[in-house]
Amino acid sequence: MKKKWLSYPYIIWMLFFILIPLILVFFYSITIRTDEGLAFTLKQYKRFLEPIYIKVFIRSVYLALISTVLCLLLGYPMAMILAGRDFKKKNIMVLLFVIPMWMNFLLRTYAWMTLLERRGLINTFLSFIGLPSLNLLYTQEAVVLGMVYNFLPFMVLPIYSVLSKIDRQLIEAAEDLGANSFTIFRKIIFPLSLPGVTSGITMVFLPAVTTFVISRLLGGGQFTLIGNLIEQQFLYVGDWNFGSAISMIMMIVILLSMGVMSRYDKEHEGGGLW
Amino acid sequence: MKKRVKILVFAVLLSLTIILLSSCGKENKTTLNVYNWGDYIDESVIKTFEEQYKIKVNYDTFSTNEDMYVKIKSGGGNYDLLFPSDYMIKKMINEGMLQKLDFNNIPNYKYIEERFENLDYDPQNEYSVPYMWGTLGILYNKTMVTKPITAWRDLWDEEYKKQILMLDSQRDSIGIALKMLGYSMNSKKTEELEAAKQALIKQKPLVLAYVGDDVKDKMISGEAALAVVWSGDAVYMIRENPDLDYILPTEGTNLWFDAMVIPSTSKHKTEAEKFINFLCEPEIAFKNTDYIGYSTPHIEAKKMLEPELLNSIAAYPKEEELVNSEIFDDLSSVIREYDRIWTEIKAE
Repeated sequence: MKKKWLSYPYIIWMLFFILIPLILVFFYSITIRTDEGLAFTLKQYKRFLEPIYIKVFIRSVYLALISTVLCLLLGYPMAMILAGRDFKKKNIMVLLFVIPMWMNFLLRTYAWMTLLERRGLINTFLSFIGLPSLNLLYTQEAVVLGMVYNFLPFMVLPIYSVLSKIDRQLIEAAEDLGANSFTIFRKIIFPLSLPGVTSGITMVFLPAVTTFVISRLLGGGQFTLIGNLIEQQFLYVGDWNFGSAISMIMMIVILLSMGVMSRYDKEHEGGGLW
Repeated sequence: MKKRVKILVFAVLLSLTIILLSSCGKENKTTLNVYNWGDYIDESVIKTFEEQYKIKVNYDTFSTNEDMYVKIKSGGGNYDLLFPSDYMIKKMINEGMLQKLDFNNIPNYKYIEERFENLDYDPQNEYSVPYMWGTLGILYNKTMVTKPITAWRDLWDEEYKKQILMLDSQRDSIGIALKMLGYSMNSKKTEELEAAKQALIKQKPLVLAYVGDDVKDKMISGEAALAVVWSGDAVYMIRENPDLDYILPTEGTNLWFDAMVIPSTSKHKTEAEKFINFLCEPEIAFKNTDYIGYSTPHIEAKKMLEPELLNSIAAYPKEEELVNSEIFDDLSSVIREYDRIWTEIKAE
């Protein structure tokens, strides 16, 4: 309690850069500028319920879910390898995994563009070995790929940090009692790693559902996601009211999904990165 | 005692923040904030200006007129010099967002061709100095098409599925669809706009991507067969890849002018005028035109260009090639409709 004043700058920061903007967004979302001044309206929210925007919403959630599942499928084994007892070069592996994250996210996405292009590296290689070239860039798959690639570390690291804290003696005891490795995984390792999994899922799903850069660069502006819709309203169309309403809806969705996740997480300690 | 320490620490933290935040704006040299289209100036020119006039130039870029407008309208940026297109200039004049220029500070204005004076968007010629002009057309890769490309209609040809690059710009894309359907690019009629929207939605499966400036890389490397581009970009791309060619669609196209204007919020009007005047110096105008490839309204700069460029349809189309073409009009009254159509096409 003595060091209370230390938190003042933080409180001021929160007030100016989180709370006030949030109130502004909320304010914009429920008002509209008319000739007589500002008027209260829920029209923006109603507009979002039009089929076309619902379609965008479903597309965003769908792509984010696929990416999250893929991240989990790829990330869990990766985390197990990293946390494995007999793996000597563990630190180097972790480093190799983290280093790409130091590079700018946009740069990495642009790099994928040059790989996937019709005259890009992958297609050049394919035609070199006599295979027909593929349409890779500007597809839905490319968007998912971009998400998985960019957000995979957010899945691996929390799982890894939980796995490496599991008490070895539990596993040894299970082995002594005759459990095979599959049973050990099913009954001990996996349940104990759940906090990491849930926090990994949230940490991948949230950025994936709100991204707009990946879908624009790798999707060629054809797969509008919620993020693109918001960006478009603010930057190009100038309809701040509708943009704010979408943002509010998105925030509610995110809060709900975090609420659902934290229910699973209740009995355990969080998985690290939060 | 303790309380005093607290207050002291707090005060120090607060003042530190204030110093950090306020130090951004303070400099002895005047800073000129210029907001231009991406890839639309030979950047060495800026350096020359800075050295000659001892004015620091803060150079920022935008990618569509709407993009720029929203930023200025919402009070962002504090820009002193803008380069919008015709219809946007008209709109900004109507909304009182621009200042009248003092042409005594811009003696080099005499080099601007007469036919670019008193155009519809600035009828008294008070607010703007033309910078570049050009057309919108189709750039195609000769090795990737089987029949001659002549019209906007070719962008709806199933044969080029996933080989077409469209512009990520609402006014241009909707305009193309309107022209293709035989309507005016400045249509305000709901049915015509609805038809254009349906056409663009129908076209969407054929489109490889909606792009901005990245169209250049893509077309030069042969990523797509057809692309909607502005004339000057076409000149640049053809120079880089001789397989490319540019046409003006038979349905007619958009003839546009980009001009230099000073927003009413600018506090450095004289400096901005100096910069305009500087850009109109023959040598500088030539350097810029040569670099960016668009068509110059500058008499002297045009004289210095290579003759083959003067004959190219991309750079200097003849009058008769522009018969069906239109200049964009300010559509403020129906712009919401355009916004909505474009949002829905992109969301589809």
